[in-house]
Amino acid sequence: MPAIDPMSQFLIHKVVGLPPVNLPGIGLIDLSITNSVVAMMIAGLTVCGFFALSARRQVVPGRLQAAGENIYDLIDGILVTPVIGSKGRPYIPFIMTIFTLVLVMNLMGVVLGIGHVAGQDWTFTATAQLAVTATLAIITFVSVLVIGFVKNGLGFFKLFVPSGMPLAMVFIMVPIELLSFMIRPLTLAMRLFGNMLGGHVVMNIFASFVVSLGLLGLTGGIASLGFVGSALSLGMVVALTVLELVVAALQAFVFAALATVYLNEVVNLGHGH
Amino acid sequence: MDPVSAKYIGAGLATMGMIGAGAGLGILFGGYLQGAIRNPSAAGPERIWLFLGMALTESMGIFALVVALLLRYT
Repeated sequence: MPAIDPMSQFLIHKVVGLPPVNLPGIGLIDLSITNSVVAMMIAGLTVCGFFALSARRQVVPGRLQAAGENIYDLIDGILVTPVIGSKGRPYIPFIMTIFTLVLVMNLMGVVLGIGHVAGQDWTFTATAQLAVTATLAIITFVSVLVIGFVKNGLGFFKLFVPSGMPLAMVFIMVPIELLSFMIRPLTLAMRLFGNMLGGHVVMNIFASFVVSLGLLGLTGGIASLGFVGSALSLGMVVALTVLELVVAALQAFVFAALATVYLNEVVNLGHGH
Repeated sequence: MDPVSAKYIGAGLATMGMIGAGAGLGILFGGYLQGAIRNPSAAGPERIWLFLGMALTESMGIFALVVALLLRYT
């Protein structure tokens, strides 16, 4: 019976090996194109291509333009404007970029399940790599910091002192607020990473049950019940794939929604919109 | 007890962190459903906060799962 190994699907293999580049102060950086880079490139090209194709100017939109306008309305009408208000319009491209990139990268891991072909694994979830989600989280966090300091100057630090607080409680609350602010990039990265990793690991384990119980059933006799278990495991894999589709879309929405909420705190500092 | 068995036991114990996440999600959705039944017209705009709260609560359970996976596979 082959050993259950759910973690080898996340290994990174080089597709095109490029010579390492020597950056001063950081050292050698390996810039070769790996399967993670290929997945992210496909996601980026899909997003750019979709919006290039759907950004027409027909007053009565066709189907592709209506789909693009729907995505814009999701970001503008449901996320940015209700949360930030009219001051949030400059941030719509940023939120839409994050949402569509995370959505396509999540969905590629579930939908593009070509599997193991010609010695290579062609199913790769870019967001199941902590490096990718940590990069997105750090980009969001640094953007929030920069926008906060540009818009509020040193008044940015009023974020950690909620209004109307007695002076005695300030000494207790400010470290707590500071800590919960600094932990935001970590939780942003871990949430997306953990959801994608957990979903794929569980799907892999149930799929390995299909094979191992089927092999057990082939030995005949009472072990033919293994075929029943194999069929049940296959049904479970189908149900998990449906769940993974929902989780992929939901986690993309939640990443964008949290970025919007963090931006709202620094854009509308102190006063509501 | 050798470290590998201790890691396996720890991985199993770490998944108990999802108890809190499950309870929290039930409370969250129950509260939303109660409010939606009492005031159906106000339920639409609250849906975004429902999904946001769901993701934040679920992420606590996911952190416990990541610790369990880390212990089991490294």
